[in-house]
Amino acid sequence: MSDIHTSHDGASHGSYKSYTIGLVLSIVLTLIAFGVVMTGSFSLPVMMVTVVVTAVIQVLVQLILFMHLNTKAEGGWNVISFVFTIGILTLIVGGSLWIMHNIHVNMMLG
Amino acid sequence: MFGKLSLDSIPYHEPIIMVTAAVIGIVGALVVGLITYYRKWGYLWTEWVTSIDHKKIGVMYFLVALVMLIRGFADAIMMRSQQALAAGGAEGFLPPHHYDQIFTAHGVIMIFFVAMPMVIGLMNLVVPLQIGARDVAFPFMNNLSFWLFAAGMILVNVSLVVGEFAKTGWLAYAPLSELQYSPDVGVDYWIWALQLSGIGTTLTGINFFVTILKMRTQGMTLFRMPIFTWTALCTNVLIILSFPILTATIAMLTLDRYLGMHFFTNDMGGSQMMYVNLIWAWGHPEVYILILPAFGVFSEVIATFTKKRLFGYKTMVWATAAITVLSFIVWLHHFFTMGAGANVNAFFGIMTMIIAIPTGVKIFNWLFTMYRGRIQFTTPVLWTIGFIITFTLGGMTGVMLAVPGANFVLHNSLFVIAHFHNVIIGGVVFGMMAGFTYWFPKAFGFTLSEKWGKRSFWCWLVGFYLAFMPLYALSFFGAMRRMQSYEQTEWQPLMIVAWFGAVVIAMGIACIVIQLIVSIRDREKNRDLTGDPWDGRTLEWSTSSPPPNYNFAYLPKVDSIDSYWEMKQQPGGFKRELATKFEDVHMPKNTAEGPILSLFSLFFGFALIWHIWWLVGLGAIGMFVTFMFRIFNKDTDYHVSAAEVEKTEREYHKRLEMQA
Repeated sequence: MSDIHTSHDGASHGSYKSYTIGLVLSIVLTLIAFGVVMTGSFSLPVMMVTVVVTAVIQVLVQLILFMHLNTKAEGGWNVISFVFTIGILTLIVGGSLWIMHNIHVNMMLG
Repeated sequence: MFGKLSLDSIPYHEPIIMVTAAVIGIVGALVVGLITYYRKWGYLWTEWVTSIDHKKIGVMYFLVALVMLIRGFADAIMMRSQQALAAGGAEGFLPPHHYDQIFTAHGVIMIFFVAMPMVIGLMNLVVPLQIGARDVAFPFMNNLSFWLFAAGMILVNVSLVVGEFAKTGWLAYAPLSELQYSPDVGVDYWIWALQLSGIGTTLTGINFFVTILKMRTQGMTLFRMPIFTWTALCTNVLIILSFPILTATIAMLTLDRYLGMHFFTNDMGGSQMMYVNLIWAWGHPEVYILILPAFGVFSEVIATFTKKRLFGYKTMVWATAAITVLSFIVWLHHFFTMGAGANVNAFFGIMTMIIAIPTGVKIFNWLFTMYRGRIQFTTPVLWTIGFIITFTLGGMTGVMLAVPGANFVLHNSLFVIAHFHNVIIGGVVFGMMAGFTYWFPKAFGFTLSEKWGKRSFWCWLVGFYLAFMPLYALSFFGAMRRMQSYEQTEWQPLMIVAWFGAVVIAMGIACIVIQLIVSIRDREKNRDLTGDPWDGRTLEWSTSSPPPNYNFAYLPKVDSIDSYWEMKQQPGGFKRELATKFEDVHMPKNTAEGPILSLFSLFFGFALIWHIWWLVGLGAIGMFVTFMFRIFNKDTDYHVSAAEVEKTEREYHKRLEMQA
């Protein structure tokens, strides 16, 4: 209660350098994804894999460099919550896809 | 002007509904009259309605839950009476369209408006005290959560008299809940009651998650937290992760019904199976949201009344965590028969059986805590022992249902009904009643009548077995759930036994009401001045009962599990000494924004149900403006002066000395 006026999250607020790196990385990643599609000289699987991979890296760049997700702040709780949430999301989304796929196969829908 | 709403929406021709409405009207008028006569409106407004005190919010949650328990039980006894009568061509007294509303309302009320507020009410009352905090992380949000929940509760009750409730069963499976098959307002009542109270629950989940992680007192590491706080933490994790699924699923159903979309319809690419899948992806974690805090209550009760540290504290924590994760990978066992095939069914069947392992660990922990302990057979202990026996039985029938092959036979039969009442009454209700008796003196400063508490327990226990064991037997003869009438007269004797069981449970509920009345009458005799009537182990017992609004004049320091108990074991014992110097305490201010915003949300929901579009707009604007008002309101906190803290603490110590 008494520490209301102090910074209470202990999280890093980033530096000039980390923001610059983040900005450059996210622009480069966007350009790669954009370029792969726009040049039109790659096959569909290559395009899809490239877009997905750059998207995942993009998410990580933004989380770590812009949103300061790190293992030190909040005693690591940010990362634990994040990983746990991803895990549960994977279970629910993956499980639902698996269930619905099997239902479609077995019930001969669509 | 009034959309679909007209005077014909009120079911005048239904004597049961009209009599009920008249009774509610008379009781309501009586309460309003008494409050006015004693001039308590101002007191209610400033001390309760606008309160951000977690203890008072907890009490309000529990009070609403007890009132709704009576409403939900009225539905239950009507169903049991109907089934006791309607055999061999007899029609009973409830026509199908009314019977269908009743079983839907019973399920919705008992889960969302009885079990959930009991769990959240206990969390509110106990968790901040157990972790040595002065309030929750977001006090305004806590008040808002309660009033959003109350708005949902009011909508359900309004549906009794104005219009009708859903006839779809408590989870409103599509496509039955779609416009094509349920064109009336019933499902819309269901939608908006659940959306409002569901948002309240999600906010509570976030609030208590942050509270437990960020506001523990000095030295209270995670592995020194009381087990009830641990179970509350896991429950809040479940709430945060699962309630958004409910909200989104209902939102999609809403789009189908209001804007002609096709998420869950039969045609145009909709998938009603996806609805079942999604609703249970929320629904299964939901049952653990309810049961985990009950496990926490039993852990506290058993440790306190056997005067021993809980056996296997760490295994209890890990079992709770394991259940939290596992509860997300079992949801398909609610629809084994939908056709996902042997591989999928086998996986989810095995996962379901695995959950029995951490639950079994907990059962043995409680048994070993009792082993060679000095058990005091108080009311909370009776509830706990009743729980251990009843819940174990319910768990076993759950494992039977988890066998996909057996499930194809038992699906939608009374076996399912018997099973989940076995675990919900035997687990959640018994747990919440144990917690109610155990923590009541903390909230009000006097203990509850043991005599009436024990009577209530025996009525509930005997009533439960009489009401639900016949249903297991009936299911083997082929009795299905949700039957308005049936041909087989040979089922009738067991149905009458089940009806009698419900009557015994009614006596149990009456005992709770009498227990409250008797205890309030004898409150001076049962007064607890120390704040520690049970010789407790955890921090909530170290402060006065009821605690001052700031909970602790000085935040306690913790260096072990059950630290308050350890302090009492020190040479010389724990002394409730008056501090020599006091400090200002920083506290949040009461606020009217929560109840006002929720009142607008009530208009908003009601208007959407009846398609009164101007009122929808008014409600939405009202909510937005109130919210903005709150955001720009800087006058949200104050300091309780050191002098006032000193005065409160001196009065407490004067009472202590007078007793000594």
